[in-house]
Amino acid sequence: MDLELDCRGMLCPLPVIELGKRIGEVPAGGLVAVVADDVAARTDVPAWCRMRGQEYVGEEAAADGTPRYVVRRVSPRP
Amino acid sequence: MTSADPSGAPRRPVYLDSASAEPLHPAARDTLLAALERGYADPRRLHGPARDARLLLDNARAVVAECLGVRPDEVTFTSSGTDAVHRGLLGLVRASRRGDGVAYSTVEHSAVLRAVSWGGTAHEVGARPDGRVDVGALLEAAGDGVGVVALQSANHEVGTVQPVADLRLPDDVPVFVDACASMGRLPLPDGWDVLAGSAHKWGGPAGVGVLLVRKGTRWLNPFPGDDRIDERADGFENVPAALAAAAALQAVLAERDAVNARQRALVDRIRAAAAAIPDVEVVGDPVGRLPHLVTFSCLYVDGEALVTELDRRGYGAASGSACTSSTLTPSRVLEAMGVLTHGNLRVSLTRDTTDEDVDGFLDVLPHVVRDIRAVAGL
Repeated sequence: MDLELDCRGMLCPLPVIELGKRIGEVPAGGLVAVVADDVAARTDVPAWCRMRGQEYVGEEAAADGTPRYVVRRVSPRP
Repeated sequence: MTSADPSGAPRRPVYLDSASAEPLHPAARDTLLAALERGYADPRRLHGPARDARLLLDNARAVVAECLGVRPDEVTFTSSGTDAVHRGLLGLVRASRRGDGVAYSTVEHSAVLRAVSWGGTAHEVGARPDGRVDVGALLEAAGDGVGVVALQSANHEVGTVQPVADLRLPDDVPVFVDACASMGRLPLPDGWDVLAGSAHKWGGPAGVGVLLVRKGTRWLNPFPGDDRIDERADGFENVPAALAAAAALQAVLAERDAVNARQRALVDRIRAAAAAIPDVEVVGDPVGRLPHLVTFSCLYVDGEALVTELDRRGYGAASGSACTSSTLTPSRVLEAMGVLTHGNLRVSLTRDTTDEDVDGFLDVLPHVVRDIRAVAGL
């Protein structure tokens, strides 16, 4: 994982805003994980990927069980 | 070109939430005021005022039946659209010989979902990205133990019209149709056995639902029952409101072609203008849809801020985003479609929404979205 964003306690749309602001910190092909307990992130992270031309890799769980949504930066322009 | 003054406020507040409630139709207002004077008595009694109330109630039933192309004895007035949904769906479940299972899609209105969780067993299917329910999936879900299939006529959040007429079910599986979003605006679909509508969504008063039970359908009152004229209803009939709802429906049907054409054109303009704003996605079927409704989601925008800022500028619209709901959970409809649940706005036009109203709205919308994003640092 190239970058992990701790978005615990943030309500929508803050986790996706965080993702949009910081995806540029990883190189093309790099992975970003959004750790978010807000239920909207489960729909909104994949939707963000579709709208912004990035790849949604999938959902896993962080060590404490919080959902962790993994995104691969494919588009050179985040 | 626009009615907006330099500060962005229209001359009068513009209400863009007819999908929640259409303002009372002028025809309904006149009828309601007249009927309040005459329709107070108990229509079951035998004296003059009661006969008067009975006459008004029968008249309301006959008008609604004629408007909807059904028999008067298939029409029941309920205390709301939600009551018509609960009563209609659960009455089919109660009468079913196959079991209490209900096959439905997650994009149904919460009235359907709550009825199923209260009095049936859920067999839930999803929806396509445009909000349309796959009839094949519904048919597949309608296996052993499923006594009813429920499918809305059109989706209340994104406007997509559902393929009710394409359902091919076994003869002993009736179809329940929640037509609250479309009744009055579109003809009823073919293929329903029991159907529900809601008067305040077509310009009638609130507190009137319409329940249609097709002659010969196995249906039993799922609630305690009452000793009224209509055995499918419980409680004292709201005669003036029922008559006003009927008058509104008649008036809406008379002007439907013209209003729908105007609304379709305005919605097409809103769809195009919203889609032209960066990172805004218009959702729902662009063609097979309700005439008056459009929904879109704005990336990086808080739904509550969007509604509040538009309201401040004089435009009243609704949102399906989590932060605007009482439960703080995102819209099930948007979730099922896999579209952005935040920054969501549902714009729904009234019968008298004008070109100037839409001009003004489209003038302010891009600025509101840009300003909210700027506050978020984007």
